[in-house]
This record gives sequence, C-alpha cells and structure tokens, in this order.
Amino acid sequence: MNQHILSVLVENKSGVLARVSGLFSRRGFNIESLAVGTCETPDMSRITIVVDGDDTHIEQVKKQLNKLIDVIKITDITENEHVERELSLIKVHADPGIQRSEIMQVAGIFRANIIDVSQKALVLEITGDSEKILAIKDLLEPYGIIELVRTGRVALQRG
Amino acid sequence: MKTGAALLIDSLKEEGVKVIFGYPGGSVLPVYDELYDSDLRHILVRHEQAAVHAADGYARASGKVGVCLSTSGPGACNLVSGIATANMDSVPVVALTGQVPTGMLGNDAFQESDITGITMPVTKHNYLVKDAKEIKRVVSSAFHIAGTGRKGPVLIDLPKDVLTQAVDPKDVLSKDAELRGYKPTLKGHSRQIKKALDMIYEAKKPLVYAGGGVISSGASEELKEFAELFCIPVTTTLMGLGAIPCDHPLNLGMLGMHGTEYANYAVTECDLLIAVGARFDDRVTGNIKYFAPNAKIIHMDIDPAEIGKNVCPDVPIVGDAKLVLSELCKMAEKKGCFCEPWVKQVKTWRENHPLAIADDGKLHPQYVIRKLSEILDSGGIIVSEVGQNQMWAAQHYGFRRPRQWISSGGLGTMGFGFPAAIGACFAKPGETVVVIAGDGSFQMNIQELGTVAQYEVPLKMVILDNMYLGMVRQWQELFYDRRYSYTELPPVDFVGIAKAYGIKGMLVDSVKEVEPALRKAVDYEGPYLLDFRIEREENVFPMVPAGAAISEMIGKHCKNAGEP
Repeated sequence: MNQHILSVLVENKSGVLARVSGLFSRRGFNIESLAVGTCETPDMSRITIVVDGDDTHIEQVKKQLNKLIDVIKITDITENEHVERELSLIKVHADPGIQRSEIMQVAGIFRANIIDVSQKALVLEITGDSEKILAIKDLLEPYGIIELVRTGRVALQRG
Repeated sequence: MKTGAALLIDSLKEEGVKVIFGYPGGSVLPVYDELYDSDLRHILVRHEQAAVHAADGYARASGKVGVCLSTSGPGACNLVSGIATANMDSVPVVALTGQVPTGMLGNDAFQESDITGITMPVTKHNYLVKDAKEIKRVVSSAFHIAGTGRKGPVLIDLPKDVLTQAVDPKDVLSKDAELRGYKPTLKGHSRQIKKALDMIYEAKKPLVYAGGGVISSGASEELKEFAELFCIPVTTTLMGLGAIPCDHPLNLGMLGMHGTEYANYAVTECDLLIAVGARFDDRVTGNIKYFAPNAKIIHMDIDPAEIGKNVCPDVPIVGDAKLVLSELCKMAEKKGCFCEPWVKQVKTWRENHPLAIADDGKLHPQYVIRKLSEILDSGGIIVSEVGQNQMWAAQHYGFRRPRQWISSGGLGTMGFGFPAAIGACFAKPGETVVVIAGDGSFQMNIQELGTVAQYEVPLKMVILDNMYLGMVRQWQELFYDRRYSYTELPPVDFVGIAKAYGIKGMLVDSVKEVEPALRKAVDYEGPYLLDFRIEREENVFPMVPAGAAISEMIGKHCKNAGEP
C-alpha cells in the first residue's frame, strides 16, 4: 500500500466534484485527502487527490477517473519531483500567562502564525507537509486543542 | 425566436432521430406540444421504464442511438433501472427528462427529483440544461458521447422554463462543442498488436473469447476472418451471441455459468486466451483463480478501465474491436491452421458433450426454443427476458448474425425483454421479432400489452410458463434444500389478458401443439401471444455453481435436461 498524489485537471462546472467523489465511493476507493479550486485558467479546476492503494488499485482509480467526460488530464505526481503543502488552522486553549507564551514559542519554532487571540484561546495558522502539521498538533495537544481544520494536500510538479 | 422545446425537436431531427419512446407529464408538456406538429414519431408506452427499455432495444437492434422521454420526478426516477441496464451493457441511449423550473430547483418542488445526481453512477454522462441557448450543443454532445467509444446512456435534464424560454436563433450556441476530456482510443497500438501476433504464433491451444464489444463495434466479420485465418475456436459471452454464426465450425457457443461444456473445457485447457470486447464478468469466469489457468491472455477492449480490472493480461490492446482485429489480420505473416490437434480436441469435446434435451413426451422449454429456431431458420430477432427463459434461449436458439440477440446481460433486468422487443420492432419493421419470457418476467411490464395493441406492433410473445420465478427456484432447489421461499406464482390466463387488449393468443400445453402454434404465431401479421405451460421444475443445465471453477459444471451430459 502506497500513498499516491493525483493531480486531476477537470472542467470548472457544477457537479464535477460530485462526479469525482461519487466515483470514489461507488468503486470503494478511499480518499485520504482532497483539495479543489480553480487553476491557471478559469474554465478549469485542479483537484489534488491523495489516495492509498497498491499499483493495480491506483491504475484502476486513474482509468476510472479518465472515463469521466469532465476530466481533462490526470497526473500521478507521486514519483516525480514535486512540492506539496497543506494548511491547517488550530484553535488551542491558551490561558494568559506561561501556557500562552509556551504556545507562542512552539508557533515560532514551526513558523506558524497566530491569527486570532482571545481571552482563552489562540488560533494558529500552519502551512507545510502533513508530517509538520501532525507534529505541531502533537505538541499542542497537552494544552487542549479546541478545534482543528485542514485543507487537504495540494501539490505541484517541480520545474 | 424559438423555444427551448422547439430547439430540442430540431436537434433530435438533426441527429437523425426518427422514433422516441415516452410518457408525458407536466414538466415536459412544452416538448409534447412541439411533438404534436412534428414528424418525429412518438410511441406512448404505459410506464416510463418501458420507454427506456424500448429505446435500448431499438438501439441494440439498429446500432443507432435510442431515445426516450419522460417527465420530471417520478417519471425520471422510473427510467433509472433502464438507464442502468443500458449502462451495464454499453448501449447508446439518450434519455430526456423534464425538470421543474430552474427557479424551483432544489426546493423540493412538486415532482422534483435530482435526476442528474441520481443517475450519475449509471450514465456515461449527464447534463442539466440551464439555458435554452445550450440545448443544441448539449444534444449534439450527448449523442456523440452515447454513440462513440464504449457506448452508453446519456441523460439530459430539461427544466420547464428552459423548454419555454424563447431564444433568438443567432444566440444559439454552435453544436460543435469541444469535449476536451473525451477522446476514446480507437486504433490499437501497433507494437501491442505485433506482440499479440507473436504470442498467437507461439500458442498451441489458442481460444478466442468474444463479448458484446464485438457486436457493438460491428466487428463480427473481422472476428470471423481472424478466427479463420489461424483456425482458432471461438466462444462467446451471453452478449457476444451472434458474433459468429451458430453453424460455423469454429463456434463453441457460450461459455460461463450456463455455457456449453465444450466451451468451458476449452477455456480451462487453452494456453492462449484472446479476449475481444469482453470484460471477464463473474458469470463468465466462475472462480477467477481457475479461469483459463494455463493461458496467457491478450485482452482487446475499447475501455482501458476494463483491462486489468478483473484479470491481468499479458498483452493489453486498447482500441475498437473492428479496427484492432482488422489490423491484426493485416499484420499477420504466418497463416493457416497451426494448431490442428487442438481444434480436433475441441471438436471431440463438442461431439461428446452436446447440449441435449429430454425426449420423454413432456413439454420442455428447450424444445420450444429449438422449434422456434427451426421455423425461423435461425433468423429474426430474439429478445429475452431475464432468468431461465434467457438461458434456454441463449443455449438453444441458433444465432447467425450480430444484433439478432437482445438480452439484459450485465444488470439482468427482469421486465427488460418485452419493452425492448417493442423497441426492436420499431427499429427493424420488416423483421420477425420474438420475445421469449418467463411468466414472472413477463408480468413485470405486462402493461405494455397496451402499447403493442395501440400500435399493432407485430411482436410474437413466447411465454415459457412454469408458474415459478424459475431461476430463483432452481437456485433454491440446488443450494437451499428445495425451500421454495416466495418463488411460486399462481397460474395466469395470459391469453385472456392478451384478449382483453385485443391481442390474439393461444395456450399450449402439449409437445404436439408446439410447432403448429409457433407457425401460427409467426405467420400471423399482427401481435401474437403464446403461453407454453412447460415442465414446472425444469432446470438450466449445465450450470457452474457460484464460486466454482467453470470446468466444475453440474447437470453435465444432460441427455435428460430435467434430471441433473
């Protein structure tokens, strides 16, 4: 079982995401992460799908996706040199005092931004690969994570 | 100015549509109003499900795209089984559905259903049209998608306000839409074809396994030429029947769960299996571990996703069966029968294990089918329902040409056959069309007797009546200790029902009546129903139990087909 990152270029039309995600559920393929948005040309969108599976499984995923009329191109960028990022917002419990300054130190080490401060909580914004996000999550957990949201991974081939 | 409905009718005519099958309702009234003055022929069915099956039967018989029309909500939902049937068997159908006005979409308005959402998994593609300017473009794309590549159903959902919207002809979007993501591969890769040829030259026991793809690509002549070129025996799937003539010396008939013994032995023994337009369905392969265990595999298919889905081929060739087979014949250098001992072996199997029927004076369904085949000289168009009747027809009718056999293979939709046969009658007006049904499946769309009567459709209806849901009963007999849970049906006076619709019919309950009854029905100019009261607990043999290897058949050497 390997994790594959598929970059799928699709028509920017309503219902396309439903077609793609519906195909995954219908055929029993499990989506690890999915991120979608318009891309360099406004009439197209790029979906980044991270999916687990062996080579035969991934081959079938790609072939089935290719059958969708609104799918223009699929690139499996796992094996190619690529950059990938994910954004996460973490709302963590932070009483004023030592606890708050410790959290701010952790944020500094991880180059996370503090984007909201309130009496009892901080909201951190962190960008990076999945491992980095999991690492900061582990470190913040003892303080009490109130809410966490992740965008899913986006990736582009280098060069 | 033209309304959306008028543009729709224009577009259908431009696509060469002559007949559509449908059922009116509130949302599609603008279309029906246009149809009133149009020269498009509309056939009023009695249930929307029959409309889509009829369009499907029309498509299968003619090779053209079949069209059906329904209203929104319940009408559209009634199309779903038929669309799924066409999707599983790769049949080009365009389904037009009415929809509530765009302003009410998503409001749970009266007779609203999200039919594009509902049919997404069972269509090749679907459209919700939000502006009448798009209608021509959408219809043209829909016909293109339905009828090319791996064919399939396309649905177009048309809100009522779009159908009444008036559009200036100069604003209508041109129909040459570019479908960026849709480019089916038709021509096989020449290096792969060369590899396949090398493998054929090396084989000692090659076998062709032909599926519905051969029929839909019109590759039957090429298949015959290819098989004859190297003298390779051919077995076909249920969907591939007719791809090679029944009396061709290389034809082994159908393989799989109810295939012939000799075809199943040949698959098990072959050292090279050449799959053409077939998808290694579980009803064909049985336990896949033991399917063609000693064979290398060449798999030709127009749909790349079929290749490697169930088995991993040694040589995959993506392309249209007609083009790939003709290229294969063209590129062949060595020709002639180089595997004579194998062909002889297959012939011996065929002689020793024929599909036999009982000769005990009782009314056996196989006898009815064989007599029909004899009377029609293996001609006509045979449409089956689903179940035992389907398998008996597949086994015992002699098909000579493609598009002569119409049956729901992939989805196995009971109730498909009768309306599909009505569709076939409209596609091929000069042909004798016969629907072979069970008493259970015939009752699933029996209301279409009304359509047959109204349009005097000259359909011959053959009911193999055993007062059971026969195939389910057979499984209960063999695998559930004869516990016939809810599979017994009370006797029905089918002839009386036909008479109520003004259709002639006859009850047949003895062997001696079979031939005269069939002749009478075939010779009669209009519709005719024959109710054959067959042996009640007759089984379809041979049979491969689910999960077994296809060489492990029960009911073999069936000299008496009723007793395994």
